[in-house]
Amino acid sequence: MKNSKFLFLGVFFAIVLSKTQAISWYRFYEMFKFQSFHMYGIIGGAVVISMVFMQLFKRGIIKDIHGNKIHPKQKKKGIISPLLGGTFFGLGWGISGACAAPIFVIFGFKLIPALLLLVGALLGAFLYGLLSNKLPN
Amino acid sequence: MDFIFEPWPWYIGGPLIAISLLLYFYFGKNFGASTNFETLCTMAGAGRFSAYFKKDWKQRDFALLFVVGLIIGGYLSSVYLIPNQYIDLNPTTMNELTNIGFSNVGTQYFPDEIFGEEIYYSFKGFLILLVSGFLIGFGTRYAGGCTSGHAITGLSSLQFPSLLAVIGFFIGGIIATWLIIPSIF
Repeated sequence: MKNSKFLFLGVFFAIVLSKTQAISWYRFYEMFKFQSFHMYGIIGGAVVISMVFMQLFKRGIIKDIHGNKIHPKQKKKGIISPLLGGTFFGLGWGISGACAAPIFVIFGFKLIPALLLLVGALLGAFLYGLLSNKLPN
Repeated sequence: MDFIFEPWPWYIGGPLIAISLLLYFYFGKNFGASTNFETLCTMAGAGRFSAYFKKDWKQRDFALLFVVGLIIGGYLSSVYLIPNQYIDLNPTTMNELTNIGFSNVGTQYFPDEIFGEEIYYSFKGFLILLVSGFLIGFGTRYAGGCTSGHAITGLSSLQFPSLLAVIGFFIGGIIATWLIIPSIF
């Protein structure tokens, strides 16, 4: 299948997050309590190196597999939605120590808790879909 | 061989995450994880309730394969690659958590107080995970991204909404760890 490379990339990404402890509840707790550098090092390092890649995309030095220029999708504009939505997400992240990709990785570690997190996340996404026209941006 | 089984330090994690992002874009798609919540809603039939979900989920088959990969990778890591889940925590963190009633702090990735089997029998434990998940799903969709989409992709491509989103992530995360965690345990 032409998209099987994404399957392998998922396996790789999950191993990276697992081996660097970036899926551990404790690592996010200490991050939000400013008691350790570990997660800042990981996320900060990822952002700085990605900035270099973004520049290479922009200048057309790295093209995609089909030879097309790479354009990262522009996030929807707004002030309230990223701030308020971000705060809701941060609450869930801070309590459970899970963000979006790690929820799926946690399936390999703690099946039932991961399932509960996912069911909750789908209900949350569903409610957002129902309300999306009514919420302030 | 030791390298495979030992925890990997932060300075390995950052570059490997950036390489994952690079490959995702190189393969022709936009790096992120939380849009999958929407796709799964669509697959479950949410389109019957709101036009928001009337999308062709087959367009996102690559992302669903990525998700399957995440689950497989998590399983391989937990079973074969991490013989010891010990976390080298700051003593302050350990004391704090012990004081609010956490046991065996830092001896495994996921504390029993939130992820242990007791939660199957306790309404509170059940609710903690379900409500957290709900906030994650609602929040990431409202904000338009998660740690991958906003903090890494968005910040590195210098997008202003992503900076606001990351500020929001920290407002929420700080309220959760400084105020909510001590009050629910």
